[in-house]
Amino acid sequence: MDAGALILVHVLYAVASLFLIAVGLAIVFGMMGVINFAHGEFLMIGGFAFVLAVHAGVDFWLAMFVVAPLTVALIGVVIERLVIRHLYGRIVDTVLATWGLSLLFIGIASETLGYFQEGVAPPFGAVRIGAYQTGGYNFFVIAVAAAVLAGLYALLRYTRFGLIARGTMQNPAMAAALGTNVRAVYSVTFGIGAAVSGLAGAVLAPIAGVVPVIGVTYIAEAFITVIVGGASPLAGTALAAALLGTINQATTFVSTAVLGEVALLLAAIVLLRFLPAGITGRFLRGSV
Amino acid sequence: MRRELRAPGFLAAAGLGLVLIAALPQWAEVYTIFNLSVYAVLATLALSLGLVWGMGGLLGFGQSAFFGLGGYAYAIAAINFAGSGPGLLAAIVLPVLAAAVIGYFAFFGRISDVYFAVISLTVSLILYNLINTTSGAAYRIGQAPLGGYNGIPSVPPLNLPFAGTPLSFEGTFYAAAGLLLAVYLALRLLMRSRFGRVVVSVRESETRAELLGYDVRLYKLGVFLIGAAVAGAAGAFYAAWGAFIGPDVFSIGFAAQIIVWVLLGGLGTLIGPVIGCFVVQALTAWLGEFEGSNPNIVLGVLFLAAVMLLPKGIVPTLRSATGRLMRARAAAGPREPAA
Repeated sequence: MDAGALILVHVLYAVASLFLIAVGLAIVFGMMGVINFAHGEFLMIGGFAFVLAVHAGVDFWLAMFVVAPLTVALIGVVIERLVIRHLYGRIVDTVLATWGLSLLFIGIASETLGYFQEGVAPPFGAVRIGAYQTGGYNFFVIAVAAAVLAGLYALLRYTRFGLIARGTMQNPAMAAALGTNVRAVYSVTFGIGAAVSGLAGAVLAPIAGVVPVIGVTYIAEAFITVIVGGASPLAGTALAAALLGTINQATTFVSTAVLGEVALLLAAIVLLRFLPAGITGRFLRGSV
Repeated sequence: MRRELRAPGFLAAAGLGLVLIAALPQWAEVYTIFNLSVYAVLATLALSLGLVWGMGGLLGFGQSAFFGLGGYAYAIAAINFAGSGPGLLAAIVLPVLAAAVIGYFAFFGRISDVYFAVISLTVSLILYNLINTTSGAAYRIGQAPLGGYNGIPSVPPLNLPFAGTPLSFEGTFYAAAGLLLAVYLALRLLMRSRFGRVVVSVRESETRAELLGYDVRLYKLGVFLIGAAVAGAAGAFYAAWGAFIGPDVFSIGFAAQIIVWVLLGGLGTLIGPVIGCFVVQALTAWLGEFEGSNPNIVLGVLFLAAVMLLPKGIVPTLRSATGRLMRARAAAGPREPAA
């Protein structure tokens, strides 16, 4: 019973962190058709912004929920202006250009921030579940993931911006003909995706730590989750994270964390054999 | 294909390649020869992606996975069986089997090209993580330790068939450069064959090729398998050259390097990836001498520059430029009086 509850918490935590890692990428891919290879570095920059801000004396929550997302959103908007805007519709070129950016960010972070950054300890201490105990921060990560999902859903479904963004996603030419400034919508969407990535990087930083190359450890799982999710950025990512996170955690539980990752990848490849357009390419079509 | 064998361009390429290989060790220093050997091996790897991506239109971003698998298979087989013959065989068989599994799920599932790119890259990254955890005495295959992030040291060098003597520096150069030339010429012939022509037509228009009755999935799988075999062989030569293979060949940085070679050299050509590889390797080696230069920054800038400024690559850009020049020259020349 207690062991069951503990496993449940760990599975939920795996699902939540997978969702957080992937959702920024999913928004940008689902809404704009852009695969951002520098996504892992967005998470890395979010983590660094949070940790550096805390060490500079900024309040923990302010650093996590304001400083990190804003920093990465700003960088995201600049990148959209300088690089991605020139490559819309050339999806492969976008992948390659953002891959170059990713290497550039890793290089710059290695030279300036270095590999010896002191981390930030996770708050909340330990929580007892019967005979076992687990980190209270796990529950916090689960709550943040749920809040991000709800917040983004409300934004896309119930606001005027959400309506325009979804319309632009379905048919950019028609949206432009109806007077929408498509470029501005893309710019804001990319900024939102970057902000969510920055937040995710900050939320995971107390557990994972921050080093310039940390993005690489996130990126494989993020890509797989988004691809398995399919066309709908929120529903797809949430479903894929639930499925793959559970497989990952179940395998980790009986073997090692790395084998959990291998199981995640194998499950994804087999799944794509039968659902080549991802989960939401077949089910729940037209959802956000 | 038979016509290509007698074509002047093909014969010239073969002759020039042979002369270069024979002449270089006569006047270059041993150190240069040693470095040129590994450039040739890496250029062979670039050729394999040039085939898969440039000719087949498949975004095999994880070509490094087959290179690494080839290197590891060679190291393990060569240590266990003494001699490079079984190693080379294993270095081709294992990557081809891995490619067959990935290719089956990707091409028969009809995954879109960008999805395929991401999946193939992810395979490489997962192998990186997997190999990194295999340190310690528990992880060994026969007499070969996997060594985790330390890699496998003292990989046996290449030796002459049926003779135990390992190759000298010059011998390794002849073998590596010979492999590059042989692969280049063989791929040229392949692209002239019926198979090669269908592969290109699939790249140009999948639907049209399918409507003409070709099973697109089989042709994609075929070109992917050939690419994996070439990359695996290159991986074996790489492990033998440095007497070492480590998990870094599976890292995202190494995968990115291969893409830059091919992209900068030019998609859709075979000589482009080779030139791109030599140019980028020479450039990074030269820039590496400066203090404070970070290989990731260099590679990142090259990557961005290639996509934004030279999207077609060196060779196709040069070709179209010389073509324009010749046409301009012809137009400006004196007109022949009409007969």
